[in-house]
Amino acid sequence: MPRYMLMFVGDETRRERSSREERERTYAAVGAWWDELSKKGVVKGGEQLGPSATATTVRRVNGEMKVFDGPFIESKEQVGGYALIEAPDLDEAIRLAKSWPAGDVEVRPVVER
Amino acid sequence: MTAVFREEAGRLTAALVRSLGDFDLAEECVQDALVAALEHWPREGVPERPGAWLMTTARRKGIDRLRRERRYQEKIARLEEPPVTTPSAMPDERLELIFTCCHPALSREAQVALTLRSVAGLTTPEIARAFLVSEATVAQRLVRAKRKIVDAKIPFRVPERAELAERLEEVLAVLYLMFNEGYLSTGRRGATDRDLAAEAEWLASLVVALLPEEPEALGLLALMRFHLARAAARFDRDGRIVLLKDQERWRWDREKIDDARRVVARFLALRQPGPYQLQALIALAHADAPSWEGTRWPDIVRAYDALLSFGDSPVVRLNRAIALAHVAGAQSALREVDGLADDLDAYHLFHATRAELLRQLGRVADARDADRRALALTENPAERDLLARRLAAAG
Repeated sequence: MPRYMLMFVGDETRRERSSREERERTYAAVGAWWDELSKKGVVKGGEQLGPSATATTVRRVNGEMKVFDGPFIESKEQVGGYALIEAPDLDEAIRLAKSWPAGDVEVRPVVER
Repeated sequence: MTAVFREEAGRLTAALVRSLGDFDLAEECVQDALVAALEHWPREGVPERPGAWLMTTARRKGIDRLRRERRYQEKIARLEEPPVTTPSAMPDERLELIFTCCHPALSREAQVALTLRSVAGLTTPEIARAFLVSEATVAQRLVRAKRKIVDAKIPFRVPERAELAERLEEVLAVLYLMFNEGYLSTGRRGATDRDLAAEAEWLASLVVALLPEEPEALGLLALMRFHLARAAARFDRDGRIVLLKDQERWRWDREKIDDARRVVARFLALRQPGPYQLQALIALAHADAPSWEGTRWPDIVRAYDALLSFGDSPVVRLNRAIALAHVAGAQSALREVDGLADDLDAYHLFHATRAELLRQLGRVADARDADRRALALTENPAERDLLARRLAAAG
């Protein structure tokens, strides 16, 4: 069965500006989403990631791997988590992505070896 | 023989894409079959069941091709299925093909190029000329699109009921874009080039044939036919654009208008209004009118109101204002139009419309300024010519 990675993208500044109530509502909706998908047996893994402020980037500069503070791309929108799902085709993966309650989603096929 | 080819090539491509899961391979097999047909049919006559002949030939040639390439071994089995015996036994999978080519995961340019290639059978050079881009650009778009279909596993399937409306909207948007591109660029391309607007109409009629109860597909088809019906009057003897209000209506193709009218009757019976249907009704109002002045403008304003209920759009508001001028006067219309300045300041037709209304109000200098602004923003050569002439005529 083909696998896709769903990368959850959100506006970090919006998260900072939201109230505790809003955050708790989102948290509950996300929890329900994971439960639902786990029950269906389509989730093979996934985690929430620390915010971009916690990121460190390692880049090849002049042949050497150098260490930098921050994410790859400076942007309001950052990847905040991921889910590895099984789906027979892109349409099914898109259907799952559309049900994500907490922001935008990038859908990428996993390269099967 | 050309008509047979077009029908059958599309069907054949769809069937082979389905069974081989590979656009390029399917295309090559279809090409081989068509070449064989061009060799045999002139001598032996067109077979009774051209579709079955082509399919059998495509399979045979395909198997030969696959045998030569090791990596295609597992696909051979799919071509060695029992031969098709009756035409009705061969399902028409072009709807699946259309929905696949127009999948929202593909970019708009990719959707357009792939649909023209796979369903309408246009060659890469033909597509390139139609959109005034290089062949390399078109070739690249096609390669990327096909790769994405494979890599992301875009399925070869007609969407389920729940998603059909949304996915059909995508298909219709692709066809409408093709149509407008063809319609606007008439005169820029060579006379021998396939008429893109006609291709789009053919594709729309195919969608309607395959989904006969979809109101918006019917709406788009009617709209296209109304536009095409006016084609002969759109350009004068010197190849210059003639606006609707100045067109010689006796040049309109009444048969095509009647065709369009029949399609309108079909969608009205379904009682599910939508944007393309409303645009078709506006076109119908123009087709029915004996003259620009004799047009039922209040009906058209009402149609635009309904159109806005499906989605507020400054361009729709602009078009509504043109009709409003005939109902409530140029001053009211100008007020409406000026309200759209923030949204449409970069749109040449916004300024052209303002110019027209200002002229009606006798504000000659302001009208010229607006026309100049419009001219500066217009890219289409035929439209530029029209505006330039208007400015020159105004003195």
